[in-house]
Amino acid sequence: MVSGIFHTSYKSDMALRRTPAQKIRLGLFILFILVFPFFASRYTLTLANQVAIATIGAIGLNILTGYTGQISLGQGGFMAVGAYTAGLLTVRLGMPWWASIIIASLVTAGVGALFGIPSLRLKGLYLAIATLAAQEIILWVVTHWKALTGGVEALVVPDPTLFGIRINSEFNFYWLAWALVGITALATVNLFRTHYGRAFIAIRDQDIAAEVMGINLFRYKLLSFALSSFFVGLSGALIAHYRSIVTWERFTIDVSVLYLAMIIIGGLGSVSGSLFGATFMTLLPALLNNLGRSLRGVFPQITSIMPFIQQATFGLVIILFLILEPEGIKKLWEDVKDYFRLWPFSY
Amino acid sequence: MDLFIQLTLTGLTNGAILALAALGFVLIYKSSDVINFAQGEFLLIGAYVLFSMMVQFHLPWTIGLVITMIVAVAIGVLVERLVLRPLIGEPIISVIMATIGLSSLLRAIVSTIWGNQPRAFPPFIPSKPVHILGATVGADRLWAIGIAILMLVLFNLFFTRSKEGIAMRAVADDQQAAMSMGISVKRIFAWAWSIAAVTAAIGGALVANIVGVGPELAGFGLRVFPVVILGGLDSIPGAIIGGLIIGLLEAYVGGYIGMGLNQVISFIVLIVILMVRPYGLFGQEIIERV
Repeated sequence: MVSGIFHTSYKSDMALRRTPAQKIRLGLFILFILVFPFFASRYTLTLANQVAIATIGAIGLNILTGYTGQISLGQGGFMAVGAYTAGLLTVRLGMPWWASIIIASLVTAGVGALFGIPSLRLKGLYLAIATLAAQEIILWVVTHWKALTGGVEALVVPDPTLFGIRINSEFNFYWLAWALVGITALATVNLFRTHYGRAFIAIRDQDIAAEVMGINLFRYKLLSFALSSFFVGLSGALIAHYRSIVTWERFTIDVSVLYLAMIIIGGLGSVSGSLFGATFMTLLPALLNNLGRSLRGVFPQITSIMPFIQQATFGLVIILFLILEPEGIKKLWEDVKDYFRLWPFSY
Repeated sequence: MDLFIQLTLTGLTNGAILALAALGFVLIYKSSDVINFAQGEFLLIGAYVLFSMMVQFHLPWTIGLVITMIVAVAIGVLVERLVLRPLIGEPIISVIMATIGLSSLLRAIVSTIWGNQPRAFPPFIPSKPVHILGATVGADRLWAIGIAILMLVLFNLFFTRSKEGIAMRAVADDQQAAMSMGISVKRIFAWAWSIAAVTAAIGGALVANIVGVGPELAGFGLRVFPVVILGGLDSIPGAIIGGLIIGLLEAYVGGYIGMGLNQVISFIVLIVILMVRPYGLFGQEIIERV
């Protein structure tokens, strides 16, 4: 049992992993990520890739909603911007995929900042509704600007190539995706060790007090929108190259709701919460599918109502988590860690 | 001129139904401070229940309508008790997400019971064409406008003359003061959600009468937001006027400008209103104190 943590230098006090237990857990996790693909089937690798892309998007949304307190229903629209920009750059201009991904993320950051302008005047519910409107407007532009995006038709994107290896299998994409997850997570965690991050948190907690203390609300809110949209655009650009086909149906308001659910269920305001939430919400429909398949002998009509069961479970899970554990899976994980840390005095 | 009158009547019909849905939304917000993202699903449930009463149980539409209203009241009370009661005092994002989750759940339940293919709805309002001022419009649209206006007048009377209505306005204004006057706030919440469900159900029945029954009815729920923001989140006359304005705006833009712009014009108006006058035409300004 630990009776306290005693640091003897600023470096160890400000480190990302301060105790041996934390370092060991992180090491085990990284080991798992590195070893996993060699033992996993193709199906599980697909799931892992989906989780990676969702995690990047969830971390982006968490920067905006979890850390800065700006509720945003525009996730789907921003991902669409990232995906279509990356796809169009690769297809129409023939740019290498890594350049189009970076430029797509920057473009999405710009669009995000643009749609963050209402946050100057709006808070809470009104901002949520404004971002809802932004989502619908972006999607309308995507489906109606035929000359640019092909309208409602799909955009086909070729596979990326890294150091000469074509990334056209789940195994190869896994490394790219999870490397980007690592970079995103590291960047975000370090963001919140800088004064920008602290400003964001101050805005979330009590923005009028933050303004009184000299934080320029407008500038930092726009910065938060831009940073968040950068990662969301990155996630969208990855989808474009992963699925090789970009259609508007992937980026509807349901996707925005899905990502909000991810960060709320996972835990607002934390990178590990985003990972938990993304994993949970991505694995849940897959789990239900498998369950349905195995029950097919007993309930033959279960395959036809499976989409409805998935939708119902989605709604039910959100409601249950909000009522029973509003701080999300991260809180549950913290409780488990605390239990073992304080044992035998964990009451 | 013909086109103008045609568009006006279409716009007024859609606007009246939007106003009905918005009315329920504003009611819930006024009395319990909750944003109900599931309002579109209440419309859906109303339409489907009436459909099944008339098609599957072969009941006349009057009885079907009464049963629909009873079901709507039951659902309103259930939702309030099971989902909203535990979330009193939680931050707004939790409440928003809870109603979003609820909308998913309700839509899935409706699809499970009735499937998600659009069905033809047996019209209980005659749809023979009527000529007004040189334009032709189906009689069912006129009936829809009439019924919606009737309901809005009834609600106005309810809120100004009846005891329960005045109690609801008191709770919306100041819960603590209302409680100290002996008004049961829990009962008022149940009332608010029931009335909201009933108005949405009737709106859904009216829409289904015109366009048939299908899961896309829930799209009405999204269009409620421009209406309530335009009118003011806590203003009942605002919901009515906002609904009519948005309905007319969509009709005119669709008719005169086209290009599919009518789907998105209400959201553009929404952003403009939010930037210029966030509390809407009739809403009350919230002054935040630190």
